[in-house]
Amino acid sequence: MLAKRIIPCLDVQDGRVVKGTKFVDLRDAGDPVEVAALYDREGADELTFLDITASHEGRGIILEVVRRTAEQVFMPLTVGGGIRTVQDIRDLLNAGADKVSINTAAVRNVAFVSEASDRFGSQCIVVAIDAKRVSGEGPARWEVFTHGGRRPAGMDALEWGETVQAHGAGEILLTSMDCDGTKNGYDLELTRRMSDRLQIPVIASGGAGSLDHLADVFERGRADAALAASIFHYRELSIRQVKTFLRARGVPVRL
Amino acid sequence: MIAITDYGMGNLRSVQKALERLGARAVITGEATVLREADKVVLPGVGAFKDAMAELDARGLVPALREAARDKPFLGICLGLQLLFTESEEGGLHPGLDVLAGRIVRFPSASPSGGEKLKVPHMGWNSLRFQGGSPLFSGLSNGVHAYFVHSYYAQPGDASVVTAWTDYGVTFASAVMRPPVYATQFHPEKSQAVGLRMLENFINL
Repeated sequence: MLAKRIIPCLDVQDGRVVKGTKFVDLRDAGDPVEVAALYDREGADELTFLDITASHEGRGIILEVVRRTAEQVFMPLTVGGGIRTVQDIRDLLNAGADKVSINTAAVRNVAFVSEASDRFGSQCIVVAIDAKRVSGEGPARWEVFTHGGRRPAGMDALEWGETVQAHGAGEILLTSMDCDGTKNGYDLELTRRMSDRLQIPVIASGGAGSLDHLADVFERGRADAALAASIFHYRELSIRQVKTFLRARGVPVRL
Repeated sequence: MIAITDYGMGNLRSVQKALERLGARAVITGEATVLREADKVVLPGVGAFKDAMAELDARGLVPALREAARDKPFLGICLGLQLLFTESEEGGLHPGLDVLAGRIVRFPSASPSGGEKLKVPHMGWNSLRFQGGSPLFSGLSNGVHAYFVHSYYAQPGDASVVTAWTDYGVTFASAVMRPPVYATQFHPEKSQAVGLRMLENFINL
């Protein structure tokens, strides 16, 4: 049986791990390669690096981080953040990444998703969707945001998921902007609606704060994978602890 | 020396890094002469079947790969497993290396038994049910998980070549062998300790 995946995410800035709450208020917390090796030992199913380096000059640093990580960690590695061109993707894959996650560049030009998946295969193209719940009357809706959640894209998140799937995305990394950083749990309704609607796997992100939240996102949100940062990063929960709990709840995991 | 076949498809570096980590000398090569000189050959790859065969053909690697698959330990990984078979249904019917009899087919998008919708690609960690005794799996216990990413799978003409089965809506051949040929649908180079053990077993063949 296919196991549900637990994916720790490291926000990396200028080669160092940081984690923001709602994308501001960053705290420095170490060497990404060391943290990656620790998660590898603990039984993480994959790793994600989100490069939040702002300056263009600093962009080369992530390649070195990926290179060093891939030398000692033998599990799937996804890198996202600031990917604009086919050459950016090629550089990351050559450095040792297995997948790249594209957000703003896909919103700007959806043909970039097709181009990337034609060139490198859809298995390595993850489209990241930052979604925010639209308040108001009527059935629940979510809108797509870009630029770290600051800019509305004027699109419906579920429809956008379908669009990028049609353009060759291999997976969706779905972040709830409402839940991210709150530790109050994933947006289960958003996750479930997206997962039910799409044929490709959905990775839920944003809001993990407890063991129950992780069980809920698989059982009720029907996520294929769950991404979390701070709970693992600050050692509130270990990956093994999460997986042991999930197995006891009947969620298939790899232990 | 282990030759990792480079035909412009997929990430070869991770296979090389894993083999090097285990102490082997591994070179990435697109040259038929290097494949002929190598002690062992690895055929990795991700992407479309037809494009892969076209690339192998364009680089003149098909005869050398067929020879290698007859003469020396040979490891096919993911698309590299699929290419070993007679033909694939991916994007129309296309001939493969025909080292093993069988066809590559796509996962059904719904489980035949009804029930939950199946996501395609089959992506993530799934368990292996070993059949027979493959030296590749020496030291590993039945039921270990390995990392998969694929939308198509092999239906071998001869089920006795299957060394591991995996369930994903259907039960499919996740590893096959006909010495000196070994092949896995999953990625040992991405399967942490379990995968490294398989690569070590391959190095020691």
